[in-house]
Amino acid sequence: MLNRDEDILQAAENWQKAGHGVALATVVETWGSAPRPAGSSLVINDDGTFLGSVSGGCVEGAVVTEALDVIASGKPKMLEFGVADETAWNVGLSCGGTIRVFVEKVGQS
Amino acid sequence: MKLETLTQVNAERAARRPVIVVTDVANGDQRLVKAKDIATDPLSAELSKQLRMGKSGMIESGGKKLFLNVYAPTARLVIVGAVHISQALAPLARSLDYDVTVVDPRTAFASPERFPDVPLIAEWPDVALPPLNIDHYTAFVALTHDPKIDDPALLHAFERECFYIGALGSRKTHAKRAERLKAQGAADADIARIHAPIGLSIGAVSPSEIAVAIMAEITAELRLPKETAKVQAA
Repeated sequence: MLNRDEDILQAAENWQKAGHGVALATVVETWGSAPRPAGSSLVINDDGTFLGSVSGGCVEGAVVTEALDVIASGKPKMLEFGVADETAWNVGLSCGGTIRVFVEKVGQS
Repeated sequence: MKLETLTQVNAERAARRPVIVVTDVANGDQRLVKAKDIATDPLSAELSKQLRMGKSGMIESGGKKLFLNVYAPTARLVIVGAVHISQALAPLARSLDYDVTVVDPRTAFASPERFPDVPLIAEWPDVALPPLNIDHYTAFVALTHDPKIDDPALLHAFERECFYIGALGSRKTHAKRAERLKAQGAADADIARIHAPIGLSIGAVSPSEIAVAIMAEITAELRLPKETAKVQAA
């Protein structure tokens, strides 16, 4: 693992307490050859800084964009990412599976 | 997630206490279940299963889709005895994601050349062990074959809630050890917690094979429901 989840969650707490808008994105379901297991998480703050990973780099960009929306709206979202192409493995891409990612704002009352 | 929930999760994790966050993914409703409250929780069966496996996952309950996010402490392995078996055991345990510490007061054994990249404490158990804060998520093995080192180490392990205690030695050696520990005030129930001879019975011969047998037994103790683990060991 590149980042231990505890460091990620501590960063989320620190960012929130420092006055940032913060979102937490967590892998909740996986099918097929998903690169990160359920429970893997990514934290994002309102200036677009993020820590952790939900896919090892494949979909983080899209998750960060959605997370900024969630920070603004305060409403949680479920995202789904998949690669239908069966040949994905053959060309060396690890994202051959499907993952569902739950994105929520931190500091929600 | 409420800031309060996040703060509690971080506090529990820092204290190496397991915690599970239950999220209703339809609306984001959330609650936190601490390890000590799992037994009395309405989702007790599901929560304890996920925690035992150390796995997060989705469940359905009462028509709701709930995500159980399990935060279990990293398991630790404390090895008393920087012996040949330990040289095989330490890297094997690390590959299984254990945080490994080796304790042996004999500096000729506890040398960085013999144990590259493994935290080594070249002190007697009474000095080395208390600061390690051995807890439930710790497996503890005594491998020196030297009662002066193994016995006080085992007495310390009894005072903690380690999920696994093992000690090297034949049945005969262990019978003598049990007598010595009893003479030093150990309870029969504590002595019975020691896995000895150590490791699953797989006919292990070499130090590496013995290491495999030990890690297999520790894994069974960590992952299997309590009753099954006992049947397997019997």
